[in-house]
Amino acid sequence: MSARSGKSATHAAGERLVVNPIDCEAHGACAELLPEMITLDEWGYPIVDPRPLPPGLERQARKAVNACPTLALRLLRADGR
Amino acid sequence: MTAATAGAFHDGASRSAAPNDLPRLLPRVQEGKRPQDLAAHLARHGDLPYRDRIGTPASPGALIRDIEKSGLTGRGGAAFPVHRKLTAVLEAADRRRRIPAVIANGAESEPASDKDATLLWLAPHLVLDGLQLAAEALGADTAILVTHADREHDVAGRVRQALRERVNARLDRVPVQLAVAPARFLSGQETALVNSLGGGPSIPTFMPPRITERGLGASPTLVQNVETLAQLALIARRGPRWFREVGTPAEPGSMLATIRRADGQPRITEIPLGIPLRDLLGDAAQNPTPESAVLLGGYHGMWLPAARAATLTLDNQTLERAGARVGAGIVISLPPDRCGLVESARVARYLALESAGQCGPCLNGLPRIAAALVELATGRPRPTTIEDLQRWSGLVTGRGACHHPDGTARFVRSALVTFAAEVDRHARGRCSATSTAPFLPVPAAAAETEADWT
Repeated sequence: MSARSGKSATHAAGERLVVNPIDCEAHGACAELLPEMITLDEWGYPIVDPRPLPPGLERQARKAVNACPTLALRLLRADGR
Repeated sequence: MTAATAGAFHDGASRSAAPNDLPRLLPRVQEGKRPQDLAAHLARHGDLPYRDRIGTPASPGALIRDIEKSGLTGRGGAAFPVHRKLTAVLEAADRRRRIPAVIANGAESEPASDKDATLLWLAPHLVLDGLQLAAEALGADTAILVTHADREHDVAGRVRQALRERVNARLDRVPVQLAVAPARFLSGQETALVNSLGGGPSIPTFMPPRITERGLGASPTLVQNVETLAQLALIARRGPRWFREVGTPAEPGSMLATIRRADGQPRITEIPLGIPLRDLLGDAAQNPTPESAVLLGGYHGMWLPAARAATLTLDNQTLERAGARVGAGIVISLPPDRCGLVESARVARYLALESAGQCGPCLNGLPRIAAALVELATGRPRPTTIEDLQRWSGLVTGRGACHHPDGTARFVRSALVTFAAEVDRHARGRCSATSTAPFLPVPAAAAETEADWT
């Protein structure tokens, strides 16, 4: 249980996006920055594609993670840690 | 728990359908339906089989191996393999060099269920044995038993009395604390339980990491339903082969079920997994009408037409074909004089009010879903009501920190299918029911009659 998601730069493969629904306050920045993986529901909350991040979207995904005002969006390694 | 529970838990179904040695957990008929004190408990089940050894991940110890062979799964509703949870806690404790905690979950916050309160009332020592044995297998130094706040019998008082007996007999090696969960629907959810025991509010938190990794006080934590621990205590004494003498090969053992029929009184009966539902349904299975329906798995469960339910057996392998699950063993027959649509709308409203309100989709979706169901029940649907219900049910599913939105959506969707004819009838200002008295139990704080909605 060491490297938390986002802190390690070495493992791009197999990462997936996870939103903490308790922290999320529907600011919607994530859907604006990463429409390929995130859409908003009719109340403004993100619907996140649960599949692993496809190659080429890592940089955009990290931008979306960093843009979340409540730090609700995270990138998780495939093993869930 | 009601008086009827204590008087009727050995009903006809369990006698006729139960092979050999059921009930295993509850007192046998000839022992009377009184709570078993320590002497009676030890006379029936024998001494507590401590193994005098703490497991390690490389060598998990005899108990965990026996639990794996037994195929015991969690009896709180999720049916997760117990040995996998035990192993996960053991590994996390070893890797993180933390001493784990063990929690017996008797919060039973589902209003339709009464089996955990009945077990704790009649056989508290079996649960407390299981708690000790699980604590020993993991090397835990903290053991907590949680009961539900609002039961007819003083379950917490009964457990306290049992704990005094055990202290006097020097039986317990890990001291047991008793906690009482508030009477809210989500308080028994395991992250809510750990959150409240850690001093926070009794509402769910977001995983990961899992509780088995970081739970109470950041320690690896085992949370098991009280019945699961009672089953574990029996397996520790009698072995996995004995456990598998009842049940199905894929889902072995017995379980406690809460059966409600026309009189609405809960009957707690110990059944083998795989029992034909026909044996538990009474009249609803013998002479089903098109309106006859059965609710399986409680308020996060599913409605099925009684004629369909009567062809199934109570095990997940079979029920999955109908999209249903055993859950915590709640089987409710809708009485012929009640309306399933009205009942479902009342329960949906309760479930919406019980949302912790933490997650956007649940906070926004559940009240809308509940209100739309009321529109159908009161015969005042908008042109898009059904369509809205389907969409919102899909939108909330899988998007909460806990499974409350998922379970609520499953319940509501199954009501729309099972009571489709009733929805049409209500749109024409009619209803098949002759009684408007509420049937499904909903705690007093929520609305009780149709008048409360408008």
